[in-house]
Amino acid sequence: MTDTAIETNGLVKVFGDNRAVDGLDLTVPAGAVFGVLGPNGAGKTTAVRMLATLLRPDGGTARVFGHDVVAEADAVRSLVGLTGQYASLDEDMTGRENLVLIGRLLGFRKPAARARADELLEAFGLTAAAERQVKNYSGGMRRRLDISATLLNTPRLLFLDEPTTGLDPRSRNQVWDIVRAVVSYGTTVLLTTQYLDEADQLASRIAVIDHGRLIAEGTPGELKSSVGAGTVHVRLRDPGQRADAEKLLSAALGATGTPDPDPRRVVIRVPGHGTESGAAEDAARALSELAAAGIVIDDFSLGQPSLDEVFLALTDHPATEKETAA
Amino acid sequence: MTATTATETAEPVYVPAAETIGAVLDPRERPARPSALSASLTFGWRAVLKIKHVPEQLFDVTAFPIMMTLMFTYLFGGALAGSTGEYLQFLLPGIMVQSVVMTTMYSGLAVNIDIAKGVFDRFKSLPIWRPAALVGNLLGDVLRYVLASLVITVVGLILGFRPGGGVMGVAAGIGLLVVFSFAFSWIWTMCGLYLRSEKSVMGVSMLVLFPLTFLSNIFVDPSTMPGWLQAFVEVNPITRLVAAVRSLMSGDPDMGELTWVFIATAALLAIFGPLTMRAYNRK
Repeated sequence: MTDTAIETNGLVKVFGDNRAVDGLDLTVPAGAVFGVLGPNGAGKTTAVRMLATLLRPDGGTARVFGHDVVAEADAVRSLVGLTGQYASLDEDMTGRENLVLIGRLLGFRKPAARARADELLEAFGLTAAAERQVKNYSGGMRRRLDISATLLNTPRLLFLDEPTTGLDPRSRNQVWDIVRAVVSYGTTVLLTTQYLDEADQLASRIAVIDHGRLIAEGTPGELKSSVGAGTVHVRLRDPGQRADAEKLLSAALGATGTPDPDPRRVVIRVPGHGTESGAAEDAARALSELAAAGIVIDDFSLGQPSLDEVFLALTDHPATEKETAA
Repeated sequence: MTATTATETAEPVYVPAAETIGAVLDPRERPARPSALSASLTFGWRAVLKIKHVPEQLFDVTAFPIMMTLMFTYLFGGALAGSTGEYLQFLLPGIMVQSVVMTTMYSGLAVNIDIAKGVFDRFKSLPIWRPAALVGNLLGDVLRYVLASLVITVVGLILGFRPGGGVMGVAAGIGLLVVFSFAFSWIWTMCGLYLRSEKSVMGVSMLVLFPLTFLSNIFVDPSTMPGWLQAFVEVNPITRLVAAVRSLMSGDPDMGELTWVFIATAALLAIFGPLTMRAYNRK
């Protein structure tokens, strides 16, 4: 067993004038969830498709468990599974038929393929829908069937390309639970997402990519401390107290306010401590100081930094570029 | 993709359990990679299942051939051969060729639609013989060609078609037609991979299939045509195929035409098979 699941070196994919993946260097350790965070068009899907042997790289190399994705594509294919952004299922066939088909294509004999399909349907809560055509499935059910089809061959590395995009909160939580279960049994998961929250929830390491390049990499804690732990939003009852409130909060949180068009709102980015609790404690202390000063608030929130904020912070400070080189 | 639908809320909420998911992930002995034939047959099974779930798609191999046979028998029969019964003996093998060759374009449509839906992403990421998905689709289409041929044979027999070659002759004719059509459909499979939409696949295939089937010996004896048209009809592969099928069904196999059809079949496979696979691998 190698400890590295994926290693890419200067990976490049060009579509016409667009360098979708532009010299990507990535090292993904085995046995954990690795998050790839980036906005639409950052090259996440293209990178994953190259790693899953669906696209041929135009430059650089990529190895999956030591096997080259071009020269040893078949070996890679037998070790990985990909659940893409759009369900790779046959809409006209039933859930069970979809799984039996994949099982047969993997070489299972008919009875074994059927048994395997039933086992997966059960584990993913689809037994009741097994005989229904996939086109009548909800988004969450489709995603679960898609993931179960990918797990049919017990891959050592599971690619999940934006697995929760377009899902309702309940289905999203189900997918998160599935990912946690899968990784706890030793499967490596590479997950792409647009949501920092999702990467934070699931991944033990996160790579941030933009324009096909790696711009930061680290644990969620490291990433957040380079970005700031979050943003405090306070809504005042009396807009006249805004200046006082901002002064108090700035002092308590050790940061200056961000201008906001709403005269009753104060927005302050909390600098990171590397841990989530630090920001929450600071915010609680700041709130009690507001109360002591007789400033009434209608609403308060401590939000995690958004992807926008992550990008703003990472691209504003070239220092983070150095971290990635390490 | 809407996430919540009535179908799901009607069922108990699924809560993923780590143990059951862990159990299905338990590394087990992996079966050996399936052979090229077995993988292709599995895809053929998929095509049959799709026919079962969407039986409307058989319309083009049942209603369409019946319509063609009736229409042209009664439209041209009296004028061209004196009687519809006489004309049918000449027309039936030809109209069968036309109907089946026309349905080959649906192979291209099916591939185009399939690929647009993303299910091919999964097939391509499996460690199987690459052409299996396309070959399997075409195996399903072969069933459709056989069905169309049988429908036309039955309609013909009812209308008074009495082939000299008997059951064996007709079966051999159908067999030859199906083999040729299997090879011919690779052209449309390739188009289905290269062209952007199913509409363009339809457009291109119509543009080729209409002149190819009408400017042939299907409806009339080419000897009444102007010289330049005769020249085209003579080199038209459909003309050769119709002549071969006719000879088999009439019980007097024409070895020259048969050889020609077999060579054409092999050439189609040799040219369009690899071209199709190149397009498929690039997609």
